[in-house]
Amino acid sequence: MIGNGTTRRALLRAGTAAAATALPLVNVHGQTSSGRLALGMWDHWVPAGNDEMRRLVTQWGQQNRVEIQLDFITSVGNKNLLTIAAESQARTGHDVLAFPTWEVHAQSRLLEPMDDVVGRLAEKYGQPNQINTYLSKIEGHWRAVPAIAGSQNKPCLGRIDLLKQHAGIDVQAMWPASTETNAQQDGWTWDAFLAAAEKCHKAGVPFGLPMGQFTDATDWIGALFRSYGANLVDERGKPTVKTDQARQVLDYARRLAQFLPRDVFSWDDASNNRALISGQSALIFNPPSPWAVAKRDAPQVSQQLWQFPNPHGPQGRYLPYLPYFWGAWSFGRNKGAAKALVEWLSQREQAEQLVTSVNGYDIPPFESMTDFRVWATEGPPTGVVYNYPMKPHHKSQQSIAMYPAPPEIAVQMYNQGIQAKMIARAVQNNEPADRVLAWAEREIEGFSR
Amino acid sequence: MSERDAAIAARPLPVGPSGLPAAPAAQPTARRASRLQRIARRNSTIAFLMTLPLILLIGGLVVYPFCYAVYLAMLNKRMTRFVGLDNFTFLLGRETFQNVIWQSVVFAVSAVLLKALIGFILAHVLHALPSRGQRAWRGMLLVPWVIPPAISTLAWWWLFDPSYSAVNWLLAGFGAGPIPWLGEAGWARFAVILVNVWYGAPFFMIMYLAALKSVPDQLYEAAAIDGASFWQKLRYVTLPMMRNIISITVLFSLIVTFANFDIVRILTNGGPQDTTHVFATYAFQVGIQSGDIPLGASVSLFMFPLLAVFAVFVLRGINRRSKEIGA
Repeated sequence: MIGNGTTRRALLRAGTAAAATALPLVNVHGQTSSGRLALGMWDHWVPAGNDEMRRLVTQWGQQNRVEIQLDFITSVGNKNLLTIAAESQARTGHDVLAFPTWEVHAQSRLLEPMDDVVGRLAEKYGQPNQINTYLSKIEGHWRAVPAIAGSQNKPCLGRIDLLKQHAGIDVQAMWPASTETNAQQDGWTWDAFLAAAEKCHKAGVPFGLPMGQFTDATDWIGALFRSYGANLVDERGKPTVKTDQARQVLDYARRLAQFLPRDVFSWDDASNNRALISGQSALIFNPPSPWAVAKRDAPQVSQQLWQFPNPHGPQGRYLPYLPYFWGAWSFGRNKGAAKALVEWLSQREQAEQLVTSVNGYDIPPFESMTDFRVWATEGPPTGVVYNYPMKPHHKSQQSIAMYPAPPEIAVQMYNQGIQAKMIARAVQNNEPADRVLAWAEREIEGFSR
Repeated sequence: MSERDAAIAARPLPVGPSGLPAAPAAQPTARRASRLQRIARRNSTIAFLMTLPLILLIGGLVVYPFCYAVYLAMLNKRMTRFVGLDNFTFLLGRETFQNVIWQSVVFAVSAVLLKALIGFILAHVLHALPSRGQRAWRGMLLVPWVIPPAISTLAWWWLFDPSYSAVNWLLAGFGAGPIPWLGEAGWARFAVILVNVWYGAPFFMIMYLAALKSVPDQLYEAAAIDGASFWQKLRYVTLPMMRNIISITVLFSLIVTFANFDIVRILTNGGPQDTTHVFATYAFQVGIQSGDIPLGASVSLFMFPLLAVFAVFVLRGINRRSKEIGA
């Protein structure tokens, strides 16, 4: 200090003066901006989905002078669930967060009502589908907005050539890339499915249907139960396990399991994809991600893939559906901006850009948005995902396993794979149906505590 | 001396009521200062200050989360009401949880016994090797313990993969049929225990090797002069000398194995039919995935009292033996 003739006090005075000069500039900037918004979006399986989301929210942030902090949170290893649990306990974190299927109910007390946003969207695009209402409208209030990114259906994804050659089913003729209806569509039942499974099994390309405790198994098995009318719990939470419908499903599953690979009880969510991509399987239930991977890694397989509706059972045709939601914490700092962004992202223009960027993987919550061009043009083969979103001529309903049980019970049944375990007991342990149903009833009674 | 210090020194001393300078009042301050200096110089104070960062770390990352978990375990599902021990009594009545207790015990006890046995044998084999070759073998045998378990378990999962199992491919080479490693209860339990043993045995090996190296050669020489056989040396020399280290490693490993998460989570996710769930994976499924955090906390705390009692007995035994040796 002595050396250059400047004292510590002089430096402090100069620093204070500089800070005082700079502060008004910061304030001026703050007065004209709309603050900061921290977003925690789902880390998309299709990387282009993240790029498009980043582009869109950056564009919105610039237009509205909102500083955006965007994180992509993966669902691998349930990291998104851990983030949600941590933020809800700490009462701090992102302003907008992507909530997977059951999390809106679990966190409903801490979520900002979105009635105004959903109301305006519903006026423009129609009501969100029944499953979205079931999962995010709680005690009459929308606690989150059904999201575009991450929401998915799980219809059949089959091999055109193998099904034609071994099972005699021309899936492109049965479910063409158009709204055309034909008699074969009504004949696409679980019994027809069983006959095709048997033929493909004999040909060495069995259907790849997981029966373990991962979501792909839970989802298709849930649709099977529902299409037989076997609801294990009613809307009021009363167990309705011991029914003839449930016995029929167990009987059907026993017959089907003998035509599936022996190890399906230990398959995870990737096993069915691998079976299809490697050419070992003729059909799985999945979103179009295996087709996208095959297009890159096994083009000869991808060119033979076709997505089409699930079989129907005695009580109808049900399409497994897993939606995501965009919600805002009630303790968030910028709830106004959060709602504005979510509403903007849910508009048709943005929805179409998001869906197009991921080759049609995402399913918007409004039926009026199931006509995006991407679903008709993706390929090869062109139209492979035309029937991926549910269309009126499918005569189908989107469904989630364990519906219509109250979500606080259904979430436990879903995550513990009760229906898959029932089938495993019947098939692997060879337990009689009555014993399986009695076990399931005891388990469900425990979930209703 | 700076100008300011000089000015303070030149200032007159405060005058007391008697008109004398207030020197006696300054004496207690000086005495207090010297007492503080003495305390600061004490070894125990220095030790405390040096361990303070660790104490704070343990307080923040172990004690606080533990107390918070106890608090959570006593709330209702919505976390709005105190329910005491209701979550624990509810769990005990559940068939699935009773199976989880049984499976956790089978998993932990069998894995720890196997790890201890294999570690003991490997330590003896290594100890018998000439020192030059010993170092290379020691390094190689430690590899499973060094690799992060999540990664090595993923490699095991590929070996056991339901459809493309490399182990089954090898078995097919010998004409054997495929084994559903992860698809049937017995095989799945065997697989998770095997991977845990593979991962944990090197820890036992290195601890036992260190213990073996500290056994004085004179004891073996004396035993040999007395005509002791290999088994007698093992029974009357090696095992008594290793008793403390065996107790500590078994205790430590039992606690860690009871809390294991990654191996089961990656290999089987608790399946098939919940037959491989252990406390941690079941707690995760119930607490995080199914949104019942209090019940999940109860599951994770379930073994704490038993393990705490076990730890107290083991540590007491170690203390007693240490005192006997010291005496």
